[in-house]
Amino acid sequence: MADIAFLLLIFWLVTTTIDSDEGVKRQLPPPVPPDVNVPPVRERNVFVVLVNANNDLLVEGEELKIDRLKDRAKDFLTATGDGILYPETPEDPDLPVREWVRKAFVAQKVAEYEAAVRGASDPDAKKAFQKVLESWRDKLAAIDLLGGDYRQLPGSAIISMRNDRNTSYDTYIQVNNELEAAINELRDELSQAKFGMPYSALEDKYETSPDEVTRQKIFAVRAVYPQRISEAEPQDAGAVYN
Amino acid sequence: MAQFGKKKKRVVGEVSTASLPDIVFMLLFFFMVATVLRTEEEKVRVIRPDASELYRIEKKHLIRYVNIGVPQDTRYGTDPVMQLNDAFASPAEIYEWVEKERTKLNEAEQSKMWVSLKVDKETKMGIVTDVKQELRKASALKVLYSAGRRDRTGNE
Repeated sequence: MADIAFLLLIFWLVTTTIDSDEGVKRQLPPPVPPDVNVPPVRERNVFVVLVNANNDLLVEGEELKIDRLKDRAKDFLTATGDGILYPETPEDPDLPVREWVRKAFVAQKVAEYEAAVRGASDPDAKKAFQKVLESWRDKLAAIDLLGGDYRQLPGSAIISMRNDRNTSYDTYIQVNNELEAAINELRDELSQAKFGMPYSALEDKYETSPDEVTRQKIFAVRAVYPQRISEAEPQDAGAVYN
Repeated sequence: MAQFGKKKKRVVGEVSTASLPDIVFMLLFFFMVATVLRTEEEKVRVIRPDASELYRIEKKHLIRYVNIGVPQDTRYGTDPVMQLNDAFASPAEIYEWVEKERTKLNEAEQSKMWVSLKVDKETKMGIVTDVKQELRKASALKVLYSAGRRDRTGNE
């Protein structure tokens, strides 16, 4: 009996792999039609990371070691304070200015769209208004959950990354990983302070048992620290050197 | 002093092997649960990079794999190449491949397909960028860069 079982065991060991499907998640942008005009962005709202063929980083115009990248990205994301955990700091001409999201204003918007939904006769328009109303309601819930008004990043604030065709894949992954780590650390900090658990635990909880309160909590954390990492359209090698 | 010499010889009983099959079966079941069957032959050598911000895909049947690395068999050269399913392929073939793989999923799940890129960490970004552009054209936008686990920078 034991011999047979051993044979089976060895067969299984040979034909299988312990394969974990883990990795860095990314959503690629849909292809851009050639005739679309990309609106210009304000320099201060973009955190530019360039990587050259020698795997050196140029961050916001300065050379930087990769182990400092996360802290620099966090400085960018917390500029002028988030209104909750990070204290208010004076404006820096190179960093974005966060805008206040005031409860009175959001409540007024909710009331406006509630009236619009009630007044709309066309079902399509009604649906569209309903959608906007939901997002304003989520913002109102976020303010309540966070215990006060918060400051949000301007809509055009993004982290932009561009690499060379000869950059090594390892460096590319490490840069992406550090940028994501910066966002995740800030999210964890906020979530821990307000909801008593790290952000990843919130997401796990929502995945196993979805409920409205957890969804609103996730929305609140994301509203303060959105994940906006964009990759520039690839260009010919050498374009990075100017 | 004579009583010492008279001591009875103890017979040491053999260890019972009756439970051995149970133990081995338990091991077998452990491995059956913890591993997956090898579905494809790896034709390229891939050493994954390590990262800290990992995401795990629970629904494995939604994942399709693209391997990029140096061929295992040096007769195929030493430049990084791409492997789709069981054969080498060029990035231009991705569009068709994605369409084909998508039809294998049922309709409700077609938009949830993941493409897992298993890329060797020494590879240059050129071929990876080409693959990414083709994936965008094929509207396969959910991508996972396969990676091992490490601690967050500054937390070691």
